[in-house]
Amino acid sequence: MTTLATAPAPGFDAPGVDAFDLPPIFGPVTKPVVLLVLSAVIIYVLFRLAVRRPQLVPSKGQFMGEAFHGMVRNTIARDMIGPEFLRFVPFLTALFAFVLVNNLFGIIPLIQFPTFAHPGVPYALAVIVWLVYNTVGIRHHGFFGYLRVSTWPPDVPWWVRIILTPIEFLSNILLRPVTLSLRLFGNMFAGHLLLVLFVLGGDYMLFVADSITLKLLSPFAFGMAIVFTFFEAFVQVVQAYIFVMLTASYIGSAIADDH
Amino acid sequence: MELHVAAEELNPLVPHLSEIIVGTIAFVLLLWLLSRSVFPQFERVYAERTDRIEGGLKRAEEAQEQAIALKRQYEEQLAGLRAEAARIRDDARAEGNRIRAELREQAEQEAGRIRQRGEEQLAAQREQTVRSLRSEIGGLSVQLAERIVGTSLADDARRRETVDRFLADLDGIADERDDGHVAARGTSATGAPSGGAS
Repeated sequence: MTTLATAPAPGFDAPGVDAFDLPPIFGPVTKPVVLLVLSAVIIYVLFRLAVRRPQLVPSKGQFMGEAFHGMVRNTIARDMIGPEFLRFVPFLTALFAFVLVNNLFGIIPLIQFPTFAHPGVPYALAVIVWLVYNTVGIRHHGFFGYLRVSTWPPDVPWWVRIILTPIEFLSNILLRPVTLSLRLFGNMFAGHLLLVLFVLGGDYMLFVADSITLKLLSPFAFGMAIVFTFFEAFVQVVQAYIFVMLTASYIGSAIADDH
Repeated sequence: MELHVAAEELNPLVPHLSEIIVGTIAFVLLLWLLSRSVFPQFERVYAERTDRIEGGLKRAEEAQEQAIALKRQYEEQLAGLRAEAARIRDDARAEGNRIRAELREQAEQEAGRIRQRGEEQLAAQREQTVRSLRSEIGGLSVQLAERIVGTSLADDARRRETVDRFLADLDGIADERDDGHVAARGTSATGAPSGGAS
């Protein structure tokens, strides 16, 4: 789209990394910081409302809270972790809600910034997840037992082990938090960049560019922005789901008795 | 409060320290609050609901089992009663048959006894008749003989002798008729001293 900008008006400066460099609101507080606090407050308030008067036949709010909690509990935690899943359900549910709401900030009008397009919190969450699954693994198997479970798959010839064990160690112990956080961050970053590109591009075509053709074509840019907003909504939900799903899977494999 | 170096080149992979701190605190606080006050409520409602549903199902199952047991019991009782009734009917029939057979036997015995008694009576009467006839005939014969001969027999001894002889002759005739052709003829006075003299 920048190549179309041939008018004497200033060329279109495509948004890049600097679009994520948000100015502080006051002191060290930036928009993502506010959003993080806001997300925690929203989640807590909604859940409190859901359990205000718990009943066997749930009210609408209680039903939605139960549906959310029950989905993490029954389709993620129970399937991925197994018989001991119940004690990880609070962690996984809070994690899912936290990631989901912060992701959805990316398409909520006036907010429109997915918090995790900045990598800090994904790193922090990945470290928490790493600590959790390694801790429960070591508690369950003992330190060397956990190392054996994580890096010593049974029924493998010794010459395969020479390669396999370092790879397993690398992928199971070292790289999991990296991929976990970068996957989330990358998706949010790219999605936000895409939306910003279409919106700013359309804005440029309509208001800045001299060419009448570009002005007429600008609705397509805005239309694409809307289309990608829907797409982003999907990606944001899926990424939150994947994040929690993988967390549950790591916990499950850490406390599994066979490899 | 940003880690990346100034503005010359922004590296999107470099985290912002403030976000890390605030995000971690927010998440941990959120997790703590939710675990304390929200999620246990959900679990309690789930447990209660499950309990209610399973309890209801179990109760229904129990009621059904009871109903089935009761039905079986009734059926068994009914079958027992039918068998009982059939047995009673059979017994009654057998009893009837037995009584009938007994009665018939009794009747037959009675009939036999009556017949026997009749025969005995008949025999006794016949004997009596024969005896009375014999004395009467004896008297008649003497009268006849007196009348025919015209003379009164002098003494008693001779008369008795005459009568005895006559009667012996009569007995002989009677024996001959009773025995048929078994007894030899011609033994008029001495043969078969049956019947005492009166």
